[in-house]
Amino acid sequence: MTYVFQILLLVLLIMTAAGAIMVKDLISSVLILGFYSFLLALVWAWLGAVDVAFVEAVVGSGLATVFFLLTLFGTAPKDTHIRRVAAPPIALLGLPLLGLLLLYSAEDLPRLGDPESPASVHVSPGYLTGSLKETNTPNVVTSVLMDYRAFDTLIETAVIFTAGIACALLLRRKRQ
Amino acid sequence: MKIFFLFVLITITLLIAVYLFRVIRGPTVFDRVLGLNGISTKAIILLVVIGTVYERVDMFVDISTGYALVNLVGSLAIAKYLEERGKSFDVSA
Repeated sequence: MTYVFQILLLVLLIMTAAGAIMVKDLISSVLILGFYSFLLALVWAWLGAVDVAFVEAVVGSGLATVFFLLTLFGTAPKDTHIRRVAAPPIALLGLPLLGLLLLYSAEDLPRLGDPESPASVHVSPGYLTGSLKETNTPNVVTSVLMDYRAFDTLIETAVIFTAGIACALLLRRKRQ
Repeated sequence: MKIFFLFVLITITLLIAVYLFRVIRGPTVFDRVLGLNGISTKAIILLVVIGTVYERVDMFVDISTGYALVNLVGSLAIAKYLEERGKSFDVSA
């Protein structure tokens, strides 16, 4: 019964992505992309990554729409209407073949939530068993972000701060 | 009870698909904006029902509250954009 919902979700996801490419003006594309991000957040939630789903729902479908619209404010109205060209035959032939190749190689991936998969037997048990004793933090994700990878987080914050300054400078209203 | 919530989930998703038809097909931008606003009302309920099915309601209520708040900001930005640029879109088409 869950499969009905999941297949329905994936079909809606593909339809939304196709609609975002095929509409004629940029504002409609931006609107449909916001809903695409929301469906993607549902897929993250279904895969068990609830925090990623939260970020995708808030940033991807809310804030990204606002930023795209701020960019559209800076363009002339005639630039936001797109003239589509027909897809070349090599793309129509090659992309389904690429998809089949990806499906074929996905056979070798470990199953969803497999505790014996290579990604979860390397360093994860060390963090899970030792983090409370070493860092005195009950939340494992917090201890990894703020303790084991503190320098990484610090530089990441600096990068985001720089990007925020750049956005503020670019989107600043000019004084008359 | 879980079967009931799954049934609710699938019904809401089918309702969203109806709105999505108008969003993708809709001849004018205003059809798309109205369709997306309709979708967002369904989406808030959908997130809470998913939380009930996955038995993590506390987390999903947070997601749906955040989505509702930021979606309002997005709707306001779209309205502001259409206020200034809406004349270039042909309403009668």
